[in-house]
Amino acid sequence: MSAQTTSTANPAGFVSSRRWLLWSGIAALCAWVLVPIYLVALGALGGRQGVYQWPKTGLPTGISLDPFILFLKTEGVLQSFLNSLGAAGITVALSILLGAPAGYALARYNFHGKDSYRLLVLLTRAFPLAILALPLTVSFIKLGLYDTIIGVGLIHTVLALPFAALVTQGIFLGVPRELEEAAWVFGCTRVQAFFKIVAPLALPGIVATAVFAFVISWNEVFAASVLTVRNRTLTAYLLTVLSESPMHYRFAGGLMLILPSVIFIFAVRRYLFAIWGISSK
Amino acid sequence: MANIVIDRIRKSFGTFEALKEVSLTINDGEFVSLLGPSGCGKTTLLRIIAGLETATSGDVLIGGKSVIGLPPKERGLAMVFQNYAVFPHMTVYENVAFGLRMQKADDARVKAQVEKAAGLLHIEQYLDRYPNKLSGGQRQRVAVARALAVEPKVLLMDEPLSNLDALLRLEMRTELKTVLQSAGTTTIYVTHDQTEAMGLSDRIAVMHNGVVEQVGTPVNVYNYPATRFVGGFIGNPPMNFIKVPVTNGQVAAGSEPLTAPKDSGNEVILGLRGEAVQLAPLPLGLEMKVRVAEPMGSHLLLTGSIHDQPVRVILPSSETVRSGDVIGLKLDPNRITWLSPESGKSIPAVTA
Repeated sequence: MSAQTTSTANPAGFVSSRRWLLWSGIAALCAWVLVPIYLVALGALGGRQGVYQWPKTGLPTGISLDPFILFLKTEGVLQSFLNSLGAAGITVALSILLGAPAGYALARYNFHGKDSYRLLVLLTRAFPLAILALPLTVSFIKLGLYDTIIGVGLIHTVLALPFAALVTQGIFLGVPRELEEAAWVFGCTRVQAFFKIVAPLALPGIVATAVFAFVISWNEVFAASVLTVRNRTLTAYLLTVLSESPMHYRFAGGLMLILPSVIFIFAVRRYLFAIWGISSK
Repeated sequence: MANIVIDRIRKSFGTFEALKEVSLTINDGEFVSLLGPSGCGKTTLLRIIAGLETATSGDVLIGGKSVIGLPPKERGLAMVFQNYAVFPHMTVYENVAFGLRMQKADDARVKAQVEKAAGLLHIEQYLDRYPNKLSGGQRQRVAVARALAVEPKVLLMDEPLSNLDALLRLEMRTELKTVLQSAGTTTIYVTHDQTEAMGLSDRIAVMHNGVVEQVGTPVNVYNYPATRFVGGFIGNPPMNFIKVPVTNGQVAAGSEPLTAPKDSGNEVILGLRGEAVQLAPLPLGLEMKVRVAEPMGSHLLLTGSIHDQPVRVILPSSETVRSGDVIGLKLDPNRITWLSPESGKSIPAVTA
């Protein structure tokens, strides 16, 4: 009797436990990302009392924007924020301008050493930046790039470029070759066909690549710290300043670092899904 | 105005020879199909004509002018692709207008031409839609309209109907023929579907392993295949091939022996179309063992063997033959193709 009930209950139980697993997995992943952000925001907006309050309630009590605005008014914060934007801008522009053509070539042409080239592109990421730091500093000083935003942007481009080339390759592969050939037959040169047909269709993916390049530059701290003294990016600035700051300043700085990336990724999530080949609908 | 001369075109991919010295002349206004199984080089040849692929050697002349080395856009042609290649980010109108816009035609001409082409293909009501809102058949019409709108000297079509379902394919086939007959454009049509090629073409070029095996009108290619491959590829059921011994220049076939061609040796292959036979009483006719008889309504399809070699023949549905019967067949000597067992090529028959 009992055996019978378990056997009939089994399929339903299997489905419900699968569903339970799915949702608990989703909840855990969301918590993994959101809880730290929430706590940082709480620290940043809670002011001095909020940070040192114990035991922590975890509830948004005594919240106001004032501590955060106070932090923004601190000397150097705004400038380093702008520096970060500048470096990220350079990174985005260069990695798309150089990476997208490389990706196009990888997607459309067969040439000798294509696979080794692809591997080589990836291998640049395997080189630890720490080893390069000293020689880079020396040559940047020689070139007059030391302590400039352009210099930081160049290094960040190096970090973002392999990614840009490989991802755009996938994007261009997703644009059927026949569309381009049809354009050639109906009167386009190769260049015209690229701008009239391929570029509009690849645009979402290229935008997503740009945002990734942005995030890579925005979050990078090591090269930015080593290669600048006065013109620091936000990450480098916060790294040096925050250890001597009150606790709620540190939280405010953390929040300021997190937010742009999160907002950007959220804004272009549709395109990111398109890269990974998951339908966004 | 625009005939096409394909002169000893060769194309190899590495060590693989996709095209082995293909030569073919297509007259102005003619509709020629390149027919063959996949991998025979027919699409490669089409792409070489279009300029999307470069030939290893040889020449292509369009309207008497060599186009080798010219980019596709300077060859004065239009093309319909297998997967339509309709631009997804443009409306149907802009798709059809694309070629004209690239030619910098003025708006009035663009409008007139688009409307004319859309009218021919019955897509007027979709002109402001995007292709992702269209069915496969409608996209196909857009692709054909886009090609016709530029009034090309030469129209190339690469298996344009192969992605459509059977019913739609039949409908589009008839429609294509109507549209292209009125346009009078020189057309090269690549297909692996022999009924498409037979139904549409003025002439068919049957390709196999990078070689054109035979060029001729559909009826000619059907009735007088130049090689065993052509006979087997064209026609449904395919041509029957029966290896028969030759004695004193004759081949036994019931009571009336057939005269074997002069050049045949001890053996010859008798190529027989399934419907080129008549039922005859047994000692008189050639003996066939019927394994399966399938009444198809319009005809009676018999599968069995002659001289222990598999054959399929078609009789009028009025005949009554059952599975397991042994019947006699009278062959029409004028509709027999003699083939050499060694080369697989046809041997001219002795005409009385």
